[in-house]
Amino acid sequence: MVASWGRLPIDGPVQTLEADWRFEELPVMAGDDTLLAFGNGRSYGDSCINSQASHISTRRLNRFIKFDREQGILHCESGLTLDEILQLIVPTGWFLPVVPGTRFITLGGAIANDVHGKNHHRAGSFGCHVRSLELLRSDRSRPVCSPEGNRELFAATIGGLGLTGLITSAEIRLIPINSCELVTENLTFSSVSEFVDISNGSADWEYSVAWIDSFARKGQVGRGIFSRAKHAEKPSGLQPKTRRLGVPMGVPFAPPFSLINKYTVDYFNRAYYAVNSGKKGRKYSHYQPFFFPLDAIANWNRIYGSSGFYQYQCLIPGEAGQEAVQQLLNDIHLSGEGSFLAVLKEFGEIRSPGLLSFPRPGLTLALDFPNRGEKTRRLLEMLDKTVERAGGALYPAKDARMSPALFATGYPAVDEFISQLDPAFSSAFWRRVRP
Amino acid sequence: MKNILVFGATSAICHELLKLYAHSGANFSLLARNGAKLAAVADDLVARGGTVAGQSCFDFSLWEKLEAAVADAKAELGHIDLILVAHGTLPDAEKCEASMAAVKTCMEDNFTSAAIIIQSAAGLLATQGAGTLAVLSSVAGDRGRKSNYVYGAAKSGIDTLLQGLQGRFFGTDIRVVNIKPGMIESPMTQGMESGALWSTPQAIAPAIHKAIAKGRRVCYVPGYWRLIMLVIRCLPTSILARLPI
Repeated sequence: MVASWGRLPIDGPVQTLEADWRFEELPVMAGDDTLLAFGNGRSYGDSCINSQASHISTRRLNRFIKFDREQGILHCESGLTLDEILQLIVPTGWFLPVVPGTRFITLGGAIANDVHGKNHHRAGSFGCHVRSLELLRSDRSRPVCSPEGNRELFAATIGGLGLTGLITSAEIRLIPINSCELVTENLTFSSVSEFVDISNGSADWEYSVAWIDSFARKGQVGRGIFSRAKHAEKPSGLQPKTRRLGVPMGVPFAPPFSLINKYTVDYFNRAYYAVNSGKKGRKYSHYQPFFFPLDAIANWNRIYGSSGFYQYQCLIPGEAGQEAVQQLLNDIHLSGEGSFLAVLKEFGEIRSPGLLSFPRPGLTLALDFPNRGEKTRRLLEMLDKTVERAGGALYPAKDARMSPALFATGYPAVDEFISQLDPAFSSAFWRRVRP
Repeated sequence: MKNILVFGATSAICHELLKLYAHSGANFSLLARNGAKLAAVADDLVARGGTVAGQSCFDFSLWEKLEAAVADAKAELGHIDLILVAHGTLPDAEKCEASMAAVKTCMEDNFTSAAIIIQSAAGLLATQGAGTLAVLSSVAGDRGRKSNYVYGAAKSGIDTLLQGLQGRFFGTDIRVVNIKPGMIESPMTQGMESGALWSTPQAIAPAIHKAIAKGRRVCYVPGYWRLIMLVIRCLPTSILARLPI
C-alpha cells in the first residue's frame, strides 16, 4: 500500500511502475489511465498520490551525471534524495542552496513542490537555484527547460506538483561551505509581534525559524523560541568532520491511537520551551540536527496512530500576517487541539520562477494535528477562513483537504499553469482542487 | 581496491557496489552490453569521485571479445586489484521449458560467458600473482528447484568453477569470492511479487564490499540466506518436490 507521509486514509494507486533509466520512454497508458511520478513519499497529503491510477517510481533514477567541484554545479537524476546528494557534496565543501525540514525527499520532489527552507529570506525557494531540468512528456518529447529556454514550461514545472510530465534530471547551483557545522543562536519571544521584530533584526543570519508553543496558557499565546544560524567560517574542532548521524531510533509500528494528544502535547511543549529557553546564546551544531531534527527518528509519522495526521501550512502575505497568525493561534488555543509542532517563519522578497510556487513575502505557519475526523476538519475549516480573509494560501505538499475555492484564490496563476499541463499526468490533489 | 575491471557494470547490484569504490577514488575499466546504460553508470562513478580508464560495450556471447577485453583492461589499468563479474539474466522458467532457444540463451548469459571471463581473469591474476576475483552467482545455484532450475543450473556451474579456482589458488595472494545474493528488488526481478525476504541493492552492497575486502570464499547477501539455503540443501527431495519453490 502506497501512502503519503501523513498516513491519512487516501486511496492508493492501482499500480506502481519503475523508471529504470532516464533515457527510456514513458510507459504507454491504457485508456484514460494517468501517471504521477512518486519519489520518496514525503509529501503529507494527496499531492503525491494518484488514486486508482498509476505511479511511476523515480527511486531508480538515482545517478549523478556531472559534479563540477570547481564551480559548484551539480547535474543529476531526479530520484536522488537530498540525503544522497549531501553525502557526496558536503565533504567536498559544497551545500544545497535550500533544504527543507527533511533530507529524505528526492530532487524531483524538491522541484515539483518548490520546497523552501530556513533561508528563504536570503535565498528564495529551491526553484530559484535550478539552472535547468529535463522533462519527459507523454508526447515523447524531452524538453530541456530553464529560465532561458522553454520558459513557460520551466515556470509551470517549478512547484508544478509533477503535473507537467516526468522530471528525469536537473542541474542545480550549490553554495560553498567551509565546514559541516553551523553557528546557531536561540532567542525567546512572547508574542507574534516580538517574533517579527527579531526576524527583522536577523537579516544577516542565513537561516532562521521559530518554534511556537501552541499549547501556551492564556496570556502566553504566541510565545516561542527563535533559532537562527549561519554556516561556520571554519570547523570548530568540537566534532569529527565526517560525523554522520545514522537513523538510530525509529517507530516500529503505528499504535492504534495517536500518542500525540492533549496531555502529551501540553507536556512536550512546556518541556521544549523550558529546555530550549535555557539554551540561549551561540553554539556550534552539525548541520543535520539543525536542519533535519525529525530525520533522527525513522518513521516518526507513525506516532500519530493508525488514522494519520493533518499538516497545515499557510501563508499570510504582507502586513496582515501578524494579526492573522495571532488569530490562528488563538483559534487553536480555544479549540484545545494543540499542535505538536508549530513552526513560524518569515518569507523574504525573492520570487520563485514557479507559477504554483507556495512561498511569497509574508508569514508562514506550519502545524500538525492528529486526524480525529470531523472535529479536526472543523478546526481546519475555521483556520481556512482566517487564511482566506487575509488573502493567504495553503501549501499543496502538506495538504489533503483544501477547498477548490481556497486553491483558486491562493494560486491566481493557475490558468497559465493549466496551458502547460501534460494530459497523461494527474494526481488525487489535482482532481480534488480542480474537480 | 584501486584498479577494478567490471563485467556487467550496469547491473543494479554491481552499480551500488561500484559507488562504494568510486567514493574512495577507484579507477575503473567498465564493460557491459548496453552503451547508453554504461555511459550513465560511468558518469555517475566519475561524479562520485572515481575515474574511468576505459569502457566498452558488446555482446557477451562473443567469447573471443571477452578474452581480448581482459587483456585490454590490463593495458588500461596496469595492475588489476579486483575483477568483478556481475552480468547475468533471469529467464522466465516456463519459457525455458518450452523454448530451447531460451535454454541456450540462459546458459550463454549466465554460464558460458561468465566461465570464459572467469578463466581469462584467473590467468591474468595468476601472472600478476595477486588480486581478487569476485563473481555474483546466486542462491539459486545451491539446489535445483522446480521454479527456476535452468537458471539455477547455470549458477551452480559457476559455483563449481569458483570452488575449483579456490583450490587452484589456495595458499597464494589470489582471492576468489563467490557472492550469492538472495531475492533482490532490481530491474532483473521486475514484475515479481516482493515479500519479507526481499532486499535491495543499496542494502546489500556494503556487505559485498566487506566480503571482497576480506577475501571471503562464499558470501550470502543478505546474510540470512546462508541459513535458508542450508535448510533447503538438507531437505530430502521427496519433501522439496512438494514445496511450491
